Amino acid sequence: MPKDSSLKSILIIGSGPIIIGQACEFDYSGTQAARSLREEGIEVTLINSNPATIMTDPVMADHIYLKPLTVQSIVEILEAHQIDAVLPTMGGQTALNLAKEADELGIWEKYNVRMIGVDIHAIETTENREKFRQLMIDIGIGVAESQVANSFLEGKEIAQRIGFPLVIRPSYTLGGYGGGFVHNKDEFDAALMRGLKASPSHEVLVERAVLGWKEYELELLRDQNDNVAVICTIENFDPMGIHTGDSITVAPAMTLSDQCFQQMRDMAILMMRSIGNFSGGCNVQFAVNPEDESIISVEINPRVSRSSALASKATGYPIAKIASKLAIGYTLDELMNPVTKTTSAYFEPALDYVIVKVPRWNFDKFKGANKTLGLQMKSVGEVMAIGRNFQEALQKALQSLEINRQGLGADGKQLRNLDEIMHSLANASWNRVFHIKDAMSLGVPISTIEKVTRIDRWFLQQINELVLIETEAKRFHINNIPAELIVEMKQKGYCDIQIAFLLGCTEDEVFEKRYNEMGIKRVYKMVDTCAGEFKSETNYFYSTFEG
Amino acid sequence: MSKVIQQLPAVLLLADGTTFKGFAIGKTGTTTGEICFNTSMTGYQEIFTDPSYYKQILVSTNVHVGNYGIAHKEIESDSIKIAGLVCRNFNIPYARKLADENIQDYFADNNLVGISGVDTRALVTYIRNKGVMNAIISSEETDVTKLMEQLKAVPDMNGLELSSMVTTSKPYFVGDENSAIRIALLDLGVKQNIIRSLTDRGCYVGVFPAKTNFEEMIKWNPNGFQISNGPGDPSAMPYAVQTVKQILDAGIPLFGICLGHQILAEAAGVKTYKMFNGHRGGNHPVKNLETGKCEVTSQNHGFSVIAEDVEANKNIKITHVNLNDHTIEGIRLVNHKAFSVQYHPEANPGPHDSRYLFDDFIKLVVSN
Repeated sequence: MPKDSSLKSILIIGSGPIIIGQACEFDYSGTQAARSLREEGIEVTLINSNPATIMTDPVMADHIYLKPLTVQSIVEILEAHQIDAVLPTMGGQTALNLAKEADELGIWEKYNVRMIGVDIHAIETTENREKFRQLMIDIGIGVAESQVANSFLEGKEIAQRIGFPLVIRPSYTLGGYGGGFVHNKDEFDAALMRGLKASPSHEVLVERAVLGWKEYELELLRDQNDNVAVICTIENFDPMGIHTGDSITVAPAMTLSDQCFQQMRDMAILMMRSIGNFSGGCNVQFAVNPEDESIISVEINPRVSRSSALASKATGYPIAKIASKLAIGYTLDELMNPVTKTTSAYFEPALDYVIVKVPRWNFDKFKGANKTLGLQMKSVGEVMAIGRNFQEALQKALQSLEINRQGLGADGKQLRNLDEIMHSLANASWNRVFHIKDAMSLGVPISTIEKVTRIDRWFLQQINELVLIETEAKRFHINNIPAELIVEMKQKGYCDIQIAFLLGCTEDEVFEKRYNEMGIKRVYKMVDTCAGEFKSETNYFYSTFEG
Repeated sequence: MSKVIQQLPAVLLLADGTTFKGFAIGKTGTTTGEICFNTSMTGYQEIFTDPSYYKQILVSTNVHVGNYGIAHKEIESDSIKIAGLVCRNFNIPYARKLADENIQDYFADNNLVGISGVDTRALVTYIRNKGVMNAIISSEETDVTKLMEQLKAVPDMNGLELSSMVTTSKPYFVGDENSAIRIALLDLGVKQNIIRSLTDRGCYVGVFPAKTNFEEMIKWNPNGFQISNGPGDPSAMPYAVQTVKQILDAGIPLFGICLGHQILAEAAGVKTYKMFNGHRGGNHPVKNLETGKCEVTSQNHGFSVIAEDVEANKNIKITHVNLNDHTIEGIRLVNHKAFSVQYHPEANPGPHDSRYLFDDFIKLVVSN
């Protein structure tokens, strides 16, 4: 199906102010969408209340409105311009909520504006916890046992029936706001009150907590012909219990067998097809029981999400750009992969590298805030790094956080107090990943760390290899360290400062030795969506070390 | 694997003299085969045991291999079929509860020689530009001249018949023997999940050795024929082409997969050719021209049918095309109840988008 030529003027709704849970990802997607539509000759009008965005630069759209994200502003725009359609999927939950509000007031109908990229039914189903749960049951997809409560008393009854631990999830809130885990009866009353209060509809879901299950996210695209492609699969290093936005995440999935992954892919596609008939992006989250690999669905977002931006960067596939084209009627098989320029946009990117995302917290600016991670997102940003293995990507990410760490340790900031370490492992905060390695350095068995953190042992083994290689490195000094060991350390993401720390010399000495004497230098690899299968034209590269 | 654990160096030598260095994995030794790469990000175990990879050295573009261990039930044949593995990171420890052993033990038990620590990205882009070629991996001999001599003795894949090396030695039968649907499967190197896809749909499946003739299979009274995937050059398999011609003449429904697709095309008068690189991975886009729908497919083939031959052939309808390079992915014979696809609807590994083809086949059989 080709482009719908009746769409000549489209309104894009931005995501408003940058808040925790909704940062510049939606500026990225909105900007891509505006470009994508304008290159189709479509007039783009943009509304966003946040002037500190790229999307509101005068060159990005034909008409830019820096106005409050309210129905009134929408009406003003519709009065001033002949708008054919509204694309509300690029501005996160804020934009979706506004589109829904305007729809309920009959605004879109009155001004003859079509909603593209999503439908109201999908917003309703995915944001209303009870509707979502019922739909999942109807289509045969597992969910955690739960029930909706509209009052304090109702909530208490449900808790008694399901038992602890529980999760309280308020409806229609952002980034898990107002929600939380309840481990026992004592914590329950306060948590329930908080949840009910946070929900604009005074409604919460009381749900069995699947703490410790493995957590995954899939990013999907669908077109008008109902063709679906899974663009990226992201695995959470931190298992269920920590908000995805506060989790260290990895792509591609590292610990999933094909059997389990394909089952998840089938479920994701079925879910997307069940929530309505729209063309665009979608994000689905799953939890997997590590014991038997049973899978339950956690949530589905019928829009470009925070993770879509990450998935775009992780794969090279411009999700928002393509989602915008799908919203105006193109089908995936009609579009070209913009990276290779010779192959189809309908495919699932193959990665020949690993990406690791690490959230960036700013607890120093929030004096008195509870620094323990949980259901409610607390990070204010994130970094993503690319490497040729998990270790390299993880260390590069940690080096990029600008928190004065040189990587995963080996920088003189090791914590040596075992009690503090164990407390940190059990009560995850921004520094848990460092303390995992510190624990290993002190000889805490991997099985103990696995038990406390519920992090997949494969990840822990990867970190433990770093401990082992550091022990090996410490046996040498700058004059006798073998080149192979330096190569291996560089391949595992160590920067020269870390190596200098381990060898007891200066960064300059390490650089002089490895670069000038040994000739161990960076190489640059392309992020091309296809693992090198096709020749590509892109300026997106990452650096690494090859033997 | 850290060098804290002692590692033996290994070398990969390509037929054009290019070498890549790395470390020994699996069994210490030497192995040869045609080098090819697969871009799947999951399913290494299913790939290793796929008989279509017989005599091929596999490069995994996915940078970690072994992460989730080896589960004995997730295999596609009784042993590892790839001739060797080239990878970037070989991960022996795993956490998966459903796995039975680690990848190193599995490789050692299967006598598989491999090499890790290779700059697979550089290797893949090299093969991409130069085309497939033979290669040798060794962890016992590092003298390139000696390895090159050994490599020169390795035959070219072009013109090579390999099905008879991987097919079942004698017929066997799977599924409900009282089923009304009896499918004779010509095993040219079948993946177990093709059989499973049929038995799951209630079929009783007779699996016959590659060189079983038509008369012998028809004695078993099949309602339909499945021609399986397998390794090697289809043009070197006149025996299978002959069998398929007889099936077509008898008017019995037939479904061909991968090599089976190429054999059906040959039987219909279409020639096949060796591709520059082939398609190997779990993300190849295919469009079904009959429904207009697209599917993400699992693929593993180095030969293809000649498009011009197919287009010129009035007896063949093109049903599926590849959206990347527009090669032919599926055909249907106009005057026969026969169809085939170049890719793997049975998946394992790969997406399940194309499973409907088995339903189509059963419908065809039942309606006959």
